Amino acid sequence: MNGTADICNHCRNMIREKEKGMKMSRHISTGPSSFIPENEIIGAMPLNDSTVMFLDEEFSGRMDNLTQVMGLHPHYLQAFLRCHYYLLRMDGPLPLHYRHYIAIMAAARHQCSTLVCQHVQEFEQIGVCSDWLRGLEFCPQRLRNLNEINKILAHRPWLITKQHIQALVKTGEHSWSLAELVHAVVLLAHFHALASFVFGSGVNPDPEVTEVNGVTDDICPPAMAGLCTCHLTNSNQGNRNPLRNPDTGSELEALMERMKRLLEEREDDDASEEEMFTRFEKEKKESLLVVSAGFDEEVVPPSPVARFVDDPSFGYQDFARHGEDNPPTFKAQDYTWEDHGFSLVNRLYSDIGHLLDDKFRTACDLTYYNMASHEGVDTSMLRRALFNYVHCMYGIRYDDYDYGEVNQLLERNLKVYIKTVTCYPERTTRRMYESYWHQFRHSEKVHVNLLLMEARMQAELLYALRAITHYMT
Amino acid sequence: MEKMTRVSGTVSGCTMFCHLDAPANAISVCRDATQVVVAGRNIFKIYGLEEDGFVERLNLRVGRKPSLNFSCADVMWHQMEENLLATAATNGAVVTWNLARPCRNKQEQLFTEHKRTVNKVCFHPTEVNMLLSGSQDGFMKCFDLRKKESVSTFSGQSESVRDVQFSIKDYFTFAASFENGNVQLWDIRRPDRYERMFTAHTGPVFCCDWHPEDRGWLATGGRDKMVKVWDMSTNRVKEIYCVQTIASVARVKWRPERRYHLATCSMMVDHNIYVWDVRRPFIPFATFEEHKDVTTGIVWRHQHDPYFLLSGSKDSTLYQHMFKDASRPVDRANPEGLCFGLFGDLAFAAKESLMSAPQSVGDVGRKTYPGGDRRYPIFFFKKPDVTEQFAQVSSALSVFESEAGSSVGMDWFINTAQSYLLSGKPFAELCEHNAQVAKRLNRPQESTTWTMLRIMFSEPANPSLSSNHNLNKSGNLPLVNSVAFDHKTFTFTLFLAARKSLQTVYEDVFLCAENEETEGSEGQAEYLFGDAELDDDDLYSMEHDNQAEEPEYLLPQEAFPLRHEIMDHPSAPEPVQEKPESPHVSGSEAESTCLTPMESFSLISVSQLLFSPHLPPKFFCPIVKEMLCYYAEQGDVQMAVSVLIVLGDRIRKEIDELTQEHWYMSYIDLLQRFELWNVSNEVIKLSTCGAIMCLNQTSTTLHINCSNCKRPMSNKGWICDRCHQCASVCAVCHHVVKGLFVWCQGCSHGGHLEHVMEWLKQSKHCPAGCGHLCEYT
Repeated sequence: MNGTADICNHCRNMIREKEKGMKMSRHISTGPSSFIPENEIIGAMPLNDSTVMFLDEEFSGRMDNLTQVMGLHPHYLQAFLRCHYYLLRMDGPLPLHYRHYIAIMAAARHQCSTLVCQHVQEFEQIGVCSDWLRGLEFCPQRLRNLNEINKILAHRPWLITKQHIQALVKTGEHSWSLAELVHAVVLLAHFHALASFVFGSGVNPDPEVTEVNGVTDDICPPAMAGLCTCHLTNSNQGNRNPLRNPDTGSELEALMERMKRLLEEREDDDASEEEMFTRFEKEKKESLLVVSAGFDEEVVPPSPVARFVDDPSFGYQDFARHGEDNPPTFKAQDYTWEDHGFSLVNRLYSDIGHLLDDKFRTACDLTYYNMASHEGVDTSMLRRALFNYVHCMYGIRYDDYDYGEVNQLLERNLKVYIKTVTCYPERTTRRMYESYWHQFRHSEKVHVNLLLMEARMQAELLYALRAITHYMT
Repeated sequence: MEKMTRVSGTVSGCTMFCHLDAPANAISVCRDATQVVVAGRNIFKIYGLEEDGFVERLNLRVGRKPSLNFSCADVMWHQMEENLLATAATNGAVVTWNLARPCRNKQEQLFTEHKRTVNKVCFHPTEVNMLLSGSQDGFMKCFDLRKKESVSTFSGQSESVRDVQFSIKDYFTFAASFENGNVQLWDIRRPDRYERMFTAHTGPVFCCDWHPEDRGWLATGGRDKMVKVWDMSTNRVKEIYCVQTIASVARVKWRPERRYHLATCSMMVDHNIYVWDVRRPFIPFATFEEHKDVTTGIVWRHQHDPYFLLSGSKDSTLYQHMFKDASRPVDRANPEGLCFGLFGDLAFAAKESLMSAPQSVGDVGRKTYPGGDRRYPIFFFKKPDVTEQFAQVSSALSVFESEAGSSVGMDWFINTAQSYLLSGKPFAELCEHNAQVAKRLNRPQESTTWTMLRIMFSEPANPSLSSNHNLNKSGNLPLVNSVAFDHKTFTFTLFLAARKSLQTVYEDVFLCAENEETEGSEGQAEYLFGDAELDDDDLYSMEHDNQAEEPEYLLPQEAFPLRHEIMDHPSAPEPVQEKPESPHVSGSEAESTCLTPMESFSLISVSQLLFSPHLPPKFFCPIVKEMLCYYAEQGDVQMAVSVLIVLGDRIRKEIDELTQEHWYMSYIDLLQRFELWNVSNEVIKLSTCGAIMCLNQTSTTLHINCSNCKRPMSNKGWICDRCHQCASVCAVCHHVVKGLFVWCQGCSHGGHLEHVMEWLKQSKHCPAGCGHLCEYT
């Protein structure tokens, strides 16, 4: 583990060096994703008509890499696109160029140059205020005021309080209306989560986007394609075909076995209250230890994306830190998306609630009753474990969930991957992606990513909306 | 019998409240209405209801370690057995409590069969040992309290159960509401499938409540902010009442003894409790406004007493509301309504008594409406209903139609928008045309403005000037010029007088005259050759010079020299005549009197002007800018935008982008409201603001389906990807249409524009032979 990380870090430095000196080749690897072989993605695209039509309208037929990767799950893709374009294109409280700029700000927090480039380009197409693209100091104070909640939501959403909301909406020259703020918050959460997905499934930057013109080009150096390129230099070919690995066969069986056992145990598991509580705490604490080590000397690369980042040193910190006053656990039942979040969001920014609701629901309910080569498997337990584990790391606790399941179902490598993708996605490497669930299909791993992305977005939204609710009452 | 004693019995009290230690999630009362139980995440207590306040009787949260079993989502007090309570815990446990237990821990039974949070528990109204629960995991379970586990499980086959309620009258029936918007009816004896199911709301149905008397009525409340009352007694479930609230509905409870009343509270944002008369769904019958945070539980204190309502809230208070202390929104509601229609109609609704009592006065008053040539009296009569406590209101609604073309209407706007020319002709002609349009529509001020603009911005070789020059070289020239200039100064005053003091107006004119002098001398320097001799030759040379600058308007002007002269004369004196009617000038006589000296003043300056016609248009920009702002402020954004477009670069840089954008947006919005799509599109096209121009770039895609296989066409080419045939074939010539394609919206056949046109000249039927009578307009 350590070795990998060191190499990665080393690799990073190398890239940095190279950037200064020479131009690197534009494409790190061909295809939409650097983690997933191209033929896997192109092959599986039975999109339904309405999605195709939608794509036609919004992209004029072209599918960017992100859409192609997500297209492994067409049902979800449809819900996602509808929400995505409602946020960016349709009627809403914020003007179009604001929306793209907020998208840029959000993606830049995770140094996700793929998304930044895409929206820089979209921003340019609108054709107004193009000097904002020179950096944060060139955009209006009003947008700069968002920096604070942007960074909090991106890295430590549990810190957001009603004071932050108050500071933004208090009357004054640069104030936000609640409707605008809600739109901005949804945009921020959406793009933070999307950055997770982009890194998590190694989506390659779109070649068309990076080659538009000079301005974009200097923002998006091709080498900073958003992923550690160590697999190019160090990737060991054995990992490329995980099925050949002899000891992985039993891995899947073991997981299935554990699921079955859990299901049976549930009936007679009379875990006491304290027991349940400690399980949650244990999971929470343990998530601390699950660190992709080696990145301790976090240096923010002097990437051109940094011009959209304020206070770059502000990064992820664990929710539960040793020996400190921890913020209180967020009790999921006290502020749920279905009851509270939805009502608030929909009230202030009409219809977005339905779209988000649809998106969350689709992501959570999506299943093909498959696990790797096995068919007819009820995966709900696994999906719930993934979703709740992300919320657990963000300090959100479900009373009715036994966090012991997480421990049983999610192996350590997967936990490392989950934590990396949700908390600091920019550190995701191909090695992490490949190190868990060797026998599973790529589409299943993308499915995992979708769950992580939605869980993260919901967690951020819940914290932000709860703060807004507190402000309003 | 018991009912009678209760109602006349000892229930009494006042509006009162007490602080809880923690937010409440649910409350419930015991049968004799003397105690209330409050449950929440961190609270589980029983309070006694005394005459003048709440008294804490019992804390059920005992034990050293707080258990999640105490974290209640719902609580219910048994209505038959007064020692029995049940709670639904957020961790999925269903717990029953027996207050008769001698020890401190009153917990009796613990059912941990649900896997997710239990949202609701419900005792059977008459059966002592039957308990029902509904959970987030989608299951409902029926427990027999004498046994250790559930006796039957009902699977909703769908999403989470939000509420379960036993029917009060039907022994075996219960209703369950679901997160996906459905409501199911079950028979307790048949756990295999539901009796009936219907979709009640879009989004989760948070609550339901059976009518205490009416067997078939069920009220449901949902996230879609509606309360609906369903009649279940018929074969088809029928929605009989619908109340629209302002926030998602968390709880609904029928009011005892009042057939049509129910109480609601909301999940978010709104903290009030409303009591509705379902027959009057637009305004709450009564409102309780005491809570500071969302109300989470409401319950009528006694099942036969309509005057006491108990409520618990997230703000950690428990209230008893007296009905007599409720606020009645209907008393504060405005009984009269007045509204303008889109076409200037005026509708007026008022209490019948108000309208009819002073009959004679009303008649007189009605005649005073200038445009009220017709009146429809519409009366809403309601049979007086003894059970209805609403004030008997019957209103009369009158509609006054405006006369066609009267000032109330917006016809002038539409006409103007359609007739104005914004581009396509030389500047001066555009102005001239628009001036005529404004004049025709009886808008002299706008007309004058256009004329002025033409004069100001038509550069030295002012076409009318030059043509006049040409024709009246001998003696008429000074006269024409003086009129023109007079006109100019007059308009300045017209604009400026509105907001500046007279003094400054005077100065402005002075300044203007001086400037013209100096500018004129500069002009002389520039056109030295021309001014020195002033004959036909120099005219030619001036025109030659200008041809380089503004070739587009010079040539056509030359073609019609006479027209301009004729048109110029009538418009010039006009403002003087119209002056008293123009809105700002008419206000003060001082202004109109002071105009006279200025006119004379300007006449004096004419002699110098005569030979210095060259005034850089830039000079006028501040004034024009002010004028535009003035128009925009007056609400005539049409004028502001039209002038902005016609003047184009001449003025654009003077006005900041945001203001321009704002004007454009307002104007486009207006145009679209009047369905003037063409004009609005032209405006968008001609605008120079980036934000406006990009309006045209959205939604420009047209989706087509292949005419053969009816699947959506891909974006490229004329051949369908799926059936590999040419789509969009011309029905007349059977070739692929690659240019303009016209098709009938009735039968969706079509083809080349010219082919279809020709065809339909000869035949009325569709060229494809489908028999449809196509129309081509």
